[in-house]
Parts: sequence; C-alpha cells; structure tokens
Amino acid sequence: MAFLSYLINGLSLGSVYAIIALGYTMVYGIAKMLNFAHGDIMMVGAYVAFFALNTYGLPVIVSVLLSMLACTVLGVVVERLAYKPLRNASSLSVLITAIGVSYFLQNGAQLLWSSSTKVFPSVVPSGSVQLFGGQLSISYLTIVTILICILVMVCLTLFINRTRTGKAMRACSEDKGAAVLMGINVNQIISITFAIGSGIAAIAAVLLCSTYPSLSPTLGSMPGIKAFTAAVFGGIGSIPGAFLGGLLLGVIEILSKAYISTQLSDAIVFAVLIIVLLIRPTGLLGKKISEKV
Amino acid sequence: MLKVENLVVRYGMIEAIKGISFEVRDGEIVTLIGANGAGKTTTMHAVSGLIKPVSGTILLNDTDLTRIPNHRIVSLGLAQVPEGRRVFAQQTVAENLTLGAYARKDRSSVQADMDYVYELFPRLKERQTQLAGTLSGGEQQMLAMGRALMARPSIMLLDEPSMGLSPLLVSEIFSIIEEINRKGTTVLLVEQNAKRALAIADRAYVLETGNITLEGTGEELSRDERVQKAYLGG
Repeated sequence: MAFLSYLINGLSLGSVYAIIALGYTMVYGIAKMLNFAHGDIMMVGAYVAFFALNTYGLPVIVSVLLSMLACTVLGVVVERLAYKPLRNASSLSVLITAIGVSYFLQNGAQLLWSSSTKVFPSVVPSGSVQLFGGQLSISYLTIVTILICILVMVCLTLFINRTRTGKAMRACSEDKGAAVLMGINVNQIISITFAIGSGIAAIAAVLLCSTYPSLSPTLGSMPGIKAFTAAVFGGIGSIPGAFLGGLLLGVIEILSKAYISTQLSDAIVFAVLIIVLLIRPTGLLGKKISEKV
Repeated sequence: MLKVENLVVRYGMIEAIKGISFEVRDGEIVTLIGANGAGKTTTMHAVSGLIKPVSGTILLNDTDLTRIPNHRIVSLGLAQVPEGRRVFAQQTVAENLTLGAYARKDRSSVQADMDYVYELFPRLKERQTQLAGTLSGGEQQMLAMGRALMARPSIMLLDEPSMGLSPLLVSEIFSIIEEINRKGTTVLLVEQNAKRALAIADRAYVLETGNITLEGTGEELSRDERVQKAYLGG
C-alpha cells in the first residue's frame, strides 16, 4: 500500500513536470530552440499568483487566471525582444540568450520581491480521500494536480489537432518555408506558441507552490531543468512525449526517494535519462530523424 | 500579370541572380529552363517570398511582392508548388489540402475546390486519410499541386514538377498542368526537362548562371540551335 501511495505522489509531481515540459517541447517543436528561461517565466507566475492570493486576497480562480495572463504576456514579450531578432542566428547564440534571459528574470525577481523566502498558500483545501479502510490516503491537492494535468493535455491535443491555428502550428513545426507558401504567418504562430507554453506554465507554478510552498526567485530553475529533462526523455518536440516523460520522471524521482536515497534521487533521474537516450537517442516518443530523399 | 525587373539575389557573397527581368502575361504558360545551379529555384523563391532579393521589383498585377510580408503573397493569388514537393508529411492528404486554403477568406467554397482537386487527382481521393509522408513521389507531386490549387491562385509557380518521376507520370503531370492552365490559371514553370517544358510553353526564357541569355516562344526556343545543343541533347 505504501508503494501505491508513492506511485500516486510521483504521478502528481510528474504532472507538474509534464505541464512545464509541454511548454519546452512546443517551443522546441515550432521555434527549434530551447527556451531555458521557461522555468523562470513559471517562477514569475508563482509570484503573481502569490500576490493576488495573499496581498490582494483575490479568489483562487481569479489569481490563477491573472498569473496565466502575466506569464502569457511575459512569454510573448521575451520572445519578441530576446529571441525574434535572432531568428536567423546560430542556435548557440539563441541558447546563450535564453540562459541570459533566465538570469535576468531571476535577478529581476530578486530586485523586485527580495530573495527572502515567502510562504505560498495552498490553492486546494487540505484534507484527503481515505481508501482501503484508511490504509491509503490521497490528498485533495494530489488529485487536483493529476486531474488538471490531464485536462491541460486533453485541451492542448484538441487545440493542436482540431483548430486552424493548431494545424498551422503543426505545419510550421514540419516545414516553415512550406508553411509560408500556405500563407501562414510564421512569426505570429511562434508568438502564439510562446503564449500558450508560458500560460500553462503558470498553472504548473500554482500547483507546484501549493505542494512545495516556499517561494523564492530561484524556484523555477530546478523544476525547469527537470521539465526539460522530461521533454527530452519523452522525445523533444512531441506533446504526448512531454506528458509521458513528465509523469515517468516524477514517478522515478519519488520512488528513488522512497526506496533508494533522498540525496541520490536527482542523480538517479538523470542516470535513467542517459540510459534512455543511449538506447533511443530521440527519446521515448520522439520522431526518427529520417533522411530526405 | 507577373513582371520581374532587374532582380538580384545574393547568398552571402555569391550573386546567384544577376539582375534578370521577365514577364508572365495573363493566361500564359511561361517556362524558365536552365541547368542545375542556373538560379531557377532561387528565382522562384524570390517570387514567392522565401528569399529576400537584394534589389529589383516583382510586380504581381500592381503590387510589389518584395515590399509585403511573405505570408501575404498567396492571398494575392500566387501559389507555389515547391521543388521537392514539401508536403506536410505528418499530416493527412485532406489536412494538407485544407492547409492549402489557409489564407482564403471565402471558406464556404473550400469544399467545392477540394472536390475539384479530387476530380483532377482521383488517386488523392483514395488516399484522403493517409499521411502525406506515406505517399509515393508521384502522389506527393499531385498533392503539392492540389494543395497549391486550394489557394485558388490566378498564377501558379511550379518548380521542377517532373523531378524523380517515371516518364508515364511526367506525361500525366504535364497534361494536368495544361488542364489547369486551360481552366484559367496562369503558369510559371521551372524545369530541367526542357523538352517537355518547351512543348507546352507559350513563351520561354533560358537562365544561365544567374542571367537570362535567351527568350522566345516555346516553339522558337525548341528549334534554336544553342538550346538544342545545351538542353535538348541534340
């Protein structure tokens, strides 16, 4: 029964990773760049939600929406100012810029909101569901986190596959030149991708901070790296891959903490990543890179 | 309809197109022939906005295409069937065709045009729900042409439509190009298969290392000694 409990906690943590990883993988799929500032955009979302909830006492749903709005705008602005001018530059320049943006956001947050840790109030009432005569207890927060992750995933999949903009996004991720010939405004599609990826990162921020309530300017970096790992694990560029990678990463992390060692859990996570990449270099669900004939 | 004047395109230091001028009039089939590396594809990319020229104008009716955002060109009535087809391999045949109509405002007639494309290429209809990447080369060429038609272009650019196809398929593709032209679409065709291209062209230009060296009607050029020697194997 303890195993089941760890597994569910792992899925919950993995859900948060999965939501962040979706942002990484979408941006990579379309702009072909790694936005290493993604975790820090999430961090800003956490602060916005914190002030909305704590300082202004706004209702949870309003606070989450405000946080999403802030992240969406921030994501679009970062893309416009920092990445768009580098559209034809080497990928190394873009990568360095992304790391620069990451530090800029962290230091900006420190300047604005100080480096002292704040305590984030949980957005889900405490309490839990008791199963098997009280042997298995699952907190409401865990359940809500997993459900929201599934909801985000379903909405995103429907959006990508059913809407006109979603289809244009898929076209851009395959061949930007051909997409232009169809009349697709590639710059606009890249903006929309950043907007969506950053907006859903705010949801991850609120869920993450409800589970681990200490709020600091560096809170985005570790989950950011883990989510990036999850995206690579599942196959970067693939949306189901990010989802699967995130969940697996969360489960592996929690199970290693429980059964092997708390200190070594991160090392084990990354070791698993290395092994997967050795066997499947494109990740679990990544597309095979096929030669053009 | 389409008037290119003094077009210059550079890749870094290399001048690929050295100030060419040509014209495609309403209802014509015009072909650009030339060897590998003469600048045919570069010219096509400049016209459809995939490459920014250094100088020159590309007038579609009265609009200078070099001065508008490239994604708006298709909605002005110019569609390109790119070299190597470039269909969206991970999307189905029907989805590819729908993307062809992406820029159109009259959404209601899209279905009718899709039926027309399926009538023109019955094989695409059979494979509607198949991923484009699983089609044969000839079918992908048909899909790329159908996708361009979905934009309801007044002028269609075709870049090496016969490349890599069997002689039988080449004949089929060329007769469809003539059919599309008969239905009122102006055609600018780039081909290495000069013989076939000259046979259906009203007028033709010969492109050699970034310059236009000859021009005339399709018939004139196919009888021209220099053209015969260089491009028609005779």
